[in-house]
Amino acid sequence: MSQTPHVDWFALAPTLSLLGASGIALLGAVLVPRAAVRAFSVAVTGAGFVVSAVFAAFLFDRSADPTLLLSESMTRDRLGAFAALLLALVGLAIVLASWGDRRRDHVGEYYALLAASAAGMVFFVSSSSLLTMFLALEWLSISLYILCSLDTHRRESLEAGLKYLIIGSFSSGILLFGCALVYGATGELGFDAIREATGADNPMFVTGMAMILAGLAFKVSAAPFHMWTPDVYQGAPTSVTAFMATATKLSALVVTYRILVTAFPEQAEIWSVAVAVIAVCSLAIGNLAAIAQKDVKRMLAYSSVSHAGFLLIAVAANSEDGATSLLFYLIPYVAATAGAFVVVAARERELGRPVSVASLEGLGWERPFLGVGMWVFMLSLAGFPLTGGFLGKLFVFSAIYEAGWWWLVVIGVLATALSLAYYLNIVRALYMRPGEIAPGPIVATGGSPPRDLLLDTAVAAGIVVTIGSFFFVQPLVDLARDAAASLPL
Amino acid sequence: MLTTLLIAVPLVAAVVVWILPLSKESTSGLALLAVLAEVGLWVGGARNFDFSSQTQQYSASREWFSDLGISYSVGLYGFQYWLVGLTIVVGAAAIGYALWAGRERPRAYYGLMLFLIGSLVGLFSSQDLLLFYVFFEAMLIPIYVLIGVWGGPRRVKATVTFVLYTMLGSMLMLASVVAFGITQGTFELSEIGTSSNDWIFLGFLAAFFVKSPILPFHGWLRITYTEAPPELSAILSGVVPKAAVFGLVWIVLPHFPGPVDDFRGLVLVLSAATLAYGSLVAFRQPDIRGVVAYSSMAQMGLIMFGIFAVNDLGLDGAILHSINHGLVSAGFFLLAGIIETRAGTGEFARLGGLAKGRPALASIVLMLGMFTLAVPGSTNFAGEFAILAGVFDRGWGYAAVGAAGMVLAAMYALRLISAILHDRRGSAGTDTGDLVSGELVLVIPLVAILAVLSAYPALISERSFPLDQPASFISSQETPSR
Repeated sequence: MSQTPHVDWFALAPTLSLLGASGIALLGAVLVPRAAVRAFSVAVTGAGFVVSAVFAAFLFDRSADPTLLLSESMTRDRLGAFAALLLALVGLAIVLASWGDRRRDHVGEYYALLAASAAGMVFFVSSSSLLTMFLALEWLSISLYILCSLDTHRRESLEAGLKYLIIGSFSSGILLFGCALVYGATGELGFDAIREATGADNPMFVTGMAMILAGLAFKVSAAPFHMWTPDVYQGAPTSVTAFMATATKLSALVVTYRILVTAFPEQAEIWSVAVAVIAVCSLAIGNLAAIAQKDVKRMLAYSSVSHAGFLLIAVAANSEDGATSLLFYLIPYVAATAGAFVVVAARERELGRPVSVASLEGLGWERPFLGVGMWVFMLSLAGFPLTGGFLGKLFVFSAIYEAGWWWLVVIGVLATALSLAYYLNIVRALYMRPGEIAPGPIVATGGSPPRDLLLDTAVAAGIVVTIGSFFFVQPLVDLARDAAASLPL
Repeated sequence: MLTTLLIAVPLVAAVVVWILPLSKESTSGLALLAVLAEVGLWVGGARNFDFSSQTQQYSASREWFSDLGISYSVGLYGFQYWLVGLTIVVGAAAIGYALWAGRERPRAYYGLMLFLIGSLVGLFSSQDLLLFYVFFEAMLIPIYVLIGVWGGPRRVKATVTFVLYTMLGSMLMLASVVAFGITQGTFELSEIGTSSNDWIFLGFLAAFFVKSPILPFHGWLRITYTEAPPELSAILSGVVPKAAVFGLVWIVLPHFPGPVDDFRGLVLVLSAATLAYGSLVAFRQPDIRGVVAYSSMAQMGLIMFGIFAVNDLGLDGAILHSINHGLVSAGFFLLAGIIETRAGTGEFARLGGLAKGRPALASIVLMLGMFTLAVPGSTNFAGEFAILAGVFDRGWGYAAVGAAGMVLAAMYALRLISAILHDRRGSAGTDTGDLVSGELVLVIPLVAILAVLSAYPALISERSFPLDQPASFISSQETPSR
């Protein structure tokens, strides 16, 4: 009788509940009558995300001491649980918001893939060896490739899927090459083992580390590894874009931080400079390019590149405060970004065509609730007070200032000032019209579909989190600090 | 507790007004009720306020973001109480004007207006550096939308210009706030020490210079004051620049004594330039709002004199003159709105001769004009005199420029009066009547307060700082740097 390793099912529960939901939804796509498929899949995947979130919350509570599981291939700690909780909540919001998508075919598959990729991400964030990290990355990526091209009747969607597939595979290849080099230099796969291994000072090792960083930066969509982002975000179905801009970025950042501080702490002087350079590139390219965009999804794509820059500043700080500020920043960022894409999706359904800045005109008066939502999300992304985005930026800046890199603070505030140009442009489109006309009723430019209660719920949740993370910042920061404490900083 | 209440009443009222689906009349009535309640609170609080006390009063403090040492900490000293009072009085007049003008989309309008008033009150009473910054930024949100939706024909350009200038200033200030607060380990103003870092000092200065505005940061001034609805211009010129006054007096002077000394010459020269430039340009403006806008800029230059003199006379004068200027300039913008509504224009070329048969309008314009040109005996004269006496200590040249500024003020104020009231009868507005009682109710309180202050300017100037010793009080706020 062979010895099997002990399996901590509780630590795997957030992943497994999503995987289970995905499987059931996939079966339902075949077995359930066509008319009921949508309701069935939403119910199943929604329940899967809720259960996963509950498990993640319990896991957070009961994992004060990080433990390595399954022959050191994954770790059970608060960082993973924190990220899993965020991922599950985002997924739930996306499930709610995509109810009104009026997708005709691939309904069951859509929800099943959403849950499957979320399961991959949850596994990704707690991976602790090069092998499981790569495995989880492929798991979530392959689900996303299919999700991007799910609207087979739209050329843009197919194009997005193909682009993401090619560039994604390329980046996975780089990551894998880097893993191989690191393994070759140290003979170890586990993050902790790599740190303790000897022979870490040879060039092969450093090259491998750089390639791993580059591979992950593709997923974070940080410049100069961002070129796929605008096309894919624009072409993919909007709810999928919302999921990618939040969940993928979140999980990739958490893993980036985890591997850098767990496996490569000795090389911190090298990678913190590299990360800072990537951050500055992202801030510059993301903000400048976003100003020129007319399509809202494209603009939000570049905005997400620039936010990758802010988040990487926190990584470059390489301190406990840096990790905490990264995790805290993610909360309002995820809420505002997901919310903004959801509002865009609602407008898209109304108009039946892609949403440009001009076609948002009058939305604020026509649909006051969505308008206020979009307003709040834009202000939060721009870092205005009374939204969590402001405190997130402040926290990141203070972390990097304490690390002694004051010039990154200056670049950060200049980038923020620049970003106002396009965020306030959206606000202007929502409420103001140029020219001589006095304010009066603005004629609806689109149709008037019935109110979508589930979508409104998702937007309301986004607003509550965005504003709530401003007023109740300390409890959230405490959570983030607990989560960051599981890293060896 | 009272301070929190003063901040909360407008903010809560803003949300209530915005959410409740009431009719236009009820919405504006509710908003007016809220500001009147605010006035009542302030007056009630003034009766128990000890203006000579050495500690802040009505203070409240709560943990907020303790990891960075940020707290919700508010409290009032004498000068803050006056600035809060200015906000509330001008805010009430502005809301009254909006009610009289019957603004469209009332729920959004009054919600934003009350939000603006609430954040200004919060700004003037904050005792935490970051809280100050939060209110400083938060007030931009309502201003942006109020101009952009309810403004004049070129409103969109005005919003862009205004936001561009202010945000560039405030972003530099944000960098300074982070750097200053993090090095000191706290953002609490009473605990924060001094700094001799010139860059941090300049970051603050940039934001406050844009807000005032001080030459050469004034590019947003004209279009913003012209395109904003008049009642918003009243707040923008009367109250918002006082955020810079408060920031300089309460953040920069106590915590950056070294850089203040080093840069005093530069700041005073810029202020003198602002005063001269603003006065001269005001004299050449073709419409009412232009004159008031640039005169407002000139007066801010003068107030800056008083602040950077950093002595008892200068600081007392700066606070007194801030209040005076706020009331005069708010009154003039409301009057400009009233005249524009009647005549359809504020351009001098088409106005004139309005004094005939309109005694109330003529008296009000004349009185406000007299206050503007600081006729001896007026409270403006008292304020300007104290400032000039204060800045004389720092060099007689500055005082000379200031005195020349007073002469220039007489020139543009008299030109304004005669262009509206006298001259040839203009093509516009010949068939409009005198001010009606609704309009008088808006403007008379402002004039009455100015009259009271003229009789007794010491009401403010001797009750702004503990023991009436501003300079030593401010330097006593310096706690040793760590």
